[in-house]
Amino acid sequence: MAARASGGRKGQAADAPAPSMDSLLATKEIVVACGPGGVGKTTTAAASALMAAINHGSKVLVLTVDPAKRLANALGLDGIGNTEHKVPASAFTAAGVKPRGELWAAMLDTKESWDSLIRQHAPDEQTRDEILANPLYQNIAGRFIQSHDYIAMERLYEIHSTGEYDLIVVDTPPTRNALDFLDAPERLADFFSSRLLRWLIVPYRSKLINVATKPFYQISDRILGTEFMGDISEFFILFQTMYDGFVERSKAVGRLLSDRRTTFVVVSTLEATPLREAEFFAEQLTERKLHLGAIVLNKVLPDYLQGRAGAKVAETLKDRAEDLAAELSPVLTSTDATLGDPAQIARVLTEVAESYLNFQVVALREMEERASLAVAPDVLATVPFFDTDIYDLAGLLRLGEQIWV
Amino acid sequence: MTADAMTPLLDRKLVFVTGKGGTGKTTVASALALLVAAQGKRVLICEVDAKGELAGYYEAPPTGFKEKEVQPGLFAMTMDTESSMREYLKLQLHIPVVGRIGPVAKAFDFLAAAAPGVREILTVGKLCWEVRDKGWDMVVVDSPATGHIVGQLAAPQAVNGLVSVGLIRNQTDWMLEMLSDPAITGLLAVCTPEEMPVTETIELATRVREETTVELAGVVVNRVLPELFGRNEEAVFDALTAPGPLEELDGLVGGDAGPVLEAARLAVTMRRTRSTHLERLREGIDPAVPLLYLPYLFTKSHGLRTTRQVAGSLGEELGL
Repeated sequence: MAARASGGRKGQAADAPAPSMDSLLATKEIVVACGPGGVGKTTTAAASALMAAINHGSKVLVLTVDPAKRLANALGLDGIGNTEHKVPASAFTAAGVKPRGELWAAMLDTKESWDSLIRQHAPDEQTRDEILANPLYQNIAGRFIQSHDYIAMERLYEIHSTGEYDLIVVDTPPTRNALDFLDAPERLADFFSSRLLRWLIVPYRSKLINVATKPFYQISDRILGTEFMGDISEFFILFQTMYDGFVERSKAVGRLLSDRRTTFVVVSTLEATPLREAEFFAEQLTERKLHLGAIVLNKVLPDYLQGRAGAKVAETLKDRAEDLAAELSPVLTSTDATLGDPAQIARVLTEVAESYLNFQVVALREMEERASLAVAPDVLATVPFFDTDIYDLAGLLRLGEQIWV
Repeated sequence: MTADAMTPLLDRKLVFVTGKGGTGKTTVASALALLVAAQGKRVLICEVDAKGELAGYYEAPPTGFKEKEVQPGLFAMTMDTESSMREYLKLQLHIPVVGRIGPVAKAFDFLAAAAPGVREILTVGKLCWEVRDKGWDMVVVDSPATGHIVGQLAAPQAVNGLVSVGLIRNQTDWMLEMLSDPAITGLLAVCTPEEMPVTETIELATRVREETTVELAGVVVNRVLPELFGRNEEAVFDALTAPGPLEELDGLVGGDAGPVLEAARLAVTMRRTRSTHLERLREGIDPAVPLLYLPYLFTKSHGLRTTRQVAGSLGEELGL
């Protein structure tokens, strides 16, 4: 496949096609869809995976975090946790396509992923059970959102290392900061190798408190109570047994993200706030020497809203609504007698014109935002505003076709 | 008003504003604060998700942990857990000069990362303290997005479940009391009439009810598109887009009217798709919770002017 050899790289042959999502996905094994919340990240990830399954004849997995219910249904994910499931042939038939490859889907269950990670790394059964039962662990794994960032990447690593799939498209969890999940593996490693963690553990092991650590314990005990401090220490002593495995693993996850088989697709809309966030994220990827494969701009208003000619027509409609209505009345009456009221026609013309002019303000603002985009990915794809929701493979296909070539 | 009617939003002292990313959470929070301040009240708005965007909504210089007046009677601050911890140690626990014992400050930072809920407690605690001791008429919190807010509001309970004695326990007790009082505290959820925001808002309402003690005081539906056509007018519009009348219209205006009509068609379908989500929202939220509708803004840019506009619409919805 020509695209496989050259896709998205500089110095490609003169007759090679311009980089596209098609060529990008053909050359990569992992695609990480990221960006601010509410811009259609999940649908973009699913649509990309679908297109790859249809066109590349490969076995593709889309790992989603929190899909809309109807989309989850369409992907056969309803009520399914961590395990991977093949999207049924019937779903493809309903969308009127015959895939060359296979599309698999899985949802990320944070708690379950943490549990399986503990099972894997715990040195013995007793430690494993003690950790799983520890109230602090329950809190960290289930409730506190920062743990989602790490686990999404960890799960990606685990699935990738099985070698089951030609391509894995992963949707990233909504983070406080789009960069959190990138730092998560490293942060976790830092956390476990921290000197402070050792401080926390030592006294409950040996009751040896020195001058430097004394104030720390005094204050902690005063604020949190000795009992809670004991719980915390116990938890970290248990966790300590898995230290080497964990750090090794999180480093491996970090390496996988910077591997050349991995690419990042930043998803955004053309609204100012998400776009600035996406842009910042794209810059950070480049700074970390991670591969920025594409920027996908979703929900972009149609081009016809930008024209000067359109605005002129709209202004005329508005200014001369009554004259025009009088002229149009006979034509409309001839189609249906109830539609010929000139006053009503004039109102419709005015509404239509005002609506156009209103949307033009937004469309022009979007165009300006796009022009000011300061990053240069291999692929810049634009998806028009769909007036209906995307909730099945046919909808994903409609989106996918927009970004594919 | 019945006996169990909800406390009106504007009568509450502590209002957390949340919403799915991209729904206009900060816009609504900043507009609410502006609206209340315009009534001659003293208002504090606090940005918790420290992205540093809040100041832009008032076209004010960047905000910090120490509040600054950005509009008459309206003060803005940015949450910072480390500063909050220092203040907490000093004022609440009477443990002064943390800065001079460097390792201790670091240790607490570490502890905040390690012990679940500590960071959340410091944030919520600071806000509760501002309400209790600083005499604000209202504290508006530009809170974390829907996925994170429950963890934050439930933190005092979570900590109470883990810690049975100690100073922090005493602190969480009074915080919990304040958060649980619907006459003081309320949560305002912001959504747009789209599939995921509506679904998340309904889920949020359930989780808030089940996992926290805070009352959902209202749901703001942002970016509601105007209804273009009245009765029979859509039939007139449909007839206009038929080839014959459209050609006639093109001739009359001396240009291609197609795109203009096409745009109206898009606006009509968009509104229709959205209205089904609005119905779903109304059905999925307790009827006692007011829904406040804000119009889609066809404006060039964001800034104080937009914030004022939104505050105006919000005021109308609240019956001002």
